[in-house]
Amino acid sequence: MANDDLGLETELRLGLPGVGAGAGAGADSDASGLVEKNEKKRMFSHISDHRSNDSKAVNKNQVVGWPPVCSYRRKNSFKRDEGSKMYVKVSMDGAPFLRKINLGTHKNYWDLVLALENLCEALKDDDNSDYVLIYEDKDGDWMLAGDVPWEMFCESCKKLRIKKKADAKGIGLHAKDLLKRFSKGE
Amino acid sequence: MVNYFPEEVLEHVFSFLTSHRDRNAVSLVCKSWYNVERFSRGKVFIGNCYAISPERLISRFPRVRSLTLKGKPHFADFNLVLHDWGGYVYPWIEAMAKGCTNLEELRLKRMLVSDASLELIAKSFPNFKSLVLVSCEGFTTDGLAAIASNCRFLRELDLQENEVEDPRGQWLSCFPDSCTSLASLNFACLKGEVNLAALERLVARCRNLKSLRLNHAVPPDVLQKILARAPQLVDLGAGSFVHDPESETYNKLKNVMQKCTSIRSLSGFLDVNARCLPAIYPICINLSSLNLSYAPGIYSKELVKLIRKCKKLQCLWILDTIGDKGLSVVASACKELQELRVFKSDPNDVGNAAVTEEGLVAISAGCPNLNSLLYFCRQMTNTALITVAKNCPNFIRFRLCTLDPITPDAVTMQPLDNGFGAIVQSCKGLKRLSVSGLLTDQVFLYIGMYAEQLEMLSIAFAGNSDKGMVYVLNGCKKLKKLEIRDSPFGNMALLADTGKYETMRSLWMSSCKVTFGACKSLAEKMPRLNVEIINEGDEMEGGSDDRQNVEKMYLYRTLVGPRKDAPDSVWTL
Repeated sequence: MANDDLGLETELRLGLPGVGAGAGAGADSDASGLVEKNEKKRMFSHISDHRSNDSKAVNKNQVVGWPPVCSYRRKNSFKRDEGSKMYVKVSMDGAPFLRKINLGTHKNYWDLVLALENLCEALKDDDNSDYVLIYEDKDGDWMLAGDVPWEMFCESCKKLRIKKKADAKGIGLHAKDLLKRFSKGE
Repeated sequence: MVNYFPEEVLEHVFSFLTSHRDRNAVSLVCKSWYNVERFSRGKVFIGNCYAISPERLISRFPRVRSLTLKGKPHFADFNLVLHDWGGYVYPWIEAMAKGCTNLEELRLKRMLVSDASLELIAKSFPNFKSLVLVSCEGFTTDGLAAIASNCRFLRELDLQENEVEDPRGQWLSCFPDSCTSLASLNFACLKGEVNLAALERLVARCRNLKSLRLNHAVPPDVLQKILARAPQLVDLGAGSFVHDPESETYNKLKNVMQKCTSIRSLSGFLDVNARCLPAIYPICINLSSLNLSYAPGIYSKELVKLIRKCKKLQCLWILDTIGDKGLSVVASACKELQELRVFKSDPNDVGNAAVTEEGLVAISAGCPNLNSLLYFCRQMTNTALITVAKNCPNFIRFRLCTLDPITPDAVTMQPLDNGFGAIVQSCKGLKRLSVSGLLTDQVFLYIGMYAEQLEMLSIAFAGNSDKGMVYVLNGCKKLKKLEIRDSPFGNMALLADTGKYETMRSLWMSSCKVTFGACKSLAEKMPRLNVEIINEGDEMEGGSDDRQNVEKMYLYRTLVGPRKDAPDSVWTL
């Protein structure tokens, strides 16, 4: 990962720590499209696929398929806060109207990304461009999705926005978070 | 003498036979009965879709109007079977579309249903009335849109616990204004939004609507409006319920609930504030069925207050947050209880099950009509099971699941053999049994000896030797389905009575001690069985070692030989 000299670079990187270097905020087209190997092109390359980790991260003390709860029930029986329903608006560049999505029904970023991809299927341009997922937090700042743990994200997310990567440089991404990411040394 | 009855008379007599088993029996009497029966059979039940082919179904029963099909083995529910193992419904629909367009009803369980299948149903069967999908996957709401748009006489659309993708969310609006025939609509398992205005209009014009189960996307104020329009409902699944007992919506709901005097069955409440439950109190006295197993937000005190009012309850599905004390209240209030299911409140948390043998004993003492049980518990004792067996001799289904699969009697630390032995000895009508906890071969000796009506047995982490499995195969004459995981049964047991498997629907064995060699010789000996080996990794590359243990084996009787749609990872020997 060539992040060690990024502190002095003018090119902003939008990738998550641990993901292959993402495209810069105002990057040329050849710096974009760094998707995970062997994956079909996903809309948001800045959110990596943690699915394979989740499904195999079964506690050693837990036996596969025990207790025998059917998978539908397993997926739909997580504890929820009383009365919490997390519907947020989703806007997308180029779309004539907004949609709404319930964050409470998704378990993690990957789940959300899949749902958003389905939602935007009809609205996407055919140019197969990369998108970034940003959200407005409780302070009114626009943040890149994927940095904080899922639960924290759900709590602070007020609105979602899907922007074309090429247009993303106009957004004032919170500098503090970018620096925090880089200082992790990934 | 029977040959002198004209066929019309026979047909008329047979029309009183509704059970498919009775019909199967009469068709064996003689050739003319076989023929009369097959032309008059309207409902066909196929417990394993690979046991027979669609073409043979249609040629034997050309007038079939209602078809029930089951696909994947039961353990697929617990992620033990590959997603693409099989169970595709498309070939069945394709065949029916060509040869049997009178199809009115289709009931599918654990099958792979594509949107193309649903579209083909919608196009091919002009009288189609009823679609019931249970634990199926592979379709999206686009397929549902096709059904809604085209099935002019649709009476029932019942989706239970399916995994459904929802790309566009407008399927509900596809019911045309001319559709007024719906009597049952269940979309509780759908994750996406629905067009609320379209839903309200649909409910308003379907005056025969008796059963309605909504998903979480229908907000409480719309629920209230729907109930106001449909006070004739008998079965209600409330997706989203009101949260604020001070709100206008709460008051409106409360008032409208009072008028819903026909409701006998209640479910859903996917998110509910316990303080809003009093809105339901007026209808509790009429309820015969209550399913709160998807409502994690209700704590024991409120739950108990609610259940105390349900004096006529026959069926209760609940979470273990009710606790043993709560179950005591159920025992004292719900004297007519027949079916009880207590689920784990957090399936992923292995630590905190909240019911024990005490709750079960209390229920058995208070509810002598109990005949069906599913009970996830932290611990169990032989004494408790013996007491339960004495109190409730009418069990037809008894499924116990201890959190730790090999936990012994919590008091004596002995195996639970005697407890289950008491159950099978006392409950002479027992048809389905799931055992768990520390169990030796002894429990299977009891099962083989006493469980004369047993049709389905589920075994996990139990037994000591081949003898256990042999006791069951020898003793349980009516056994249809046997599923075993993580138990030390091996080749001797598997091959002890190969003819037995032709009298059964299927046998599942995973993480046991059967080898490839034994499976191969079984397959060779019994051509009317399909013996399938399911491989996870690449154990099967190149030549197989006959002495190697098989990870997963599924065998079933069939009249049509090995199937052609198995994925690479499934070998039919």
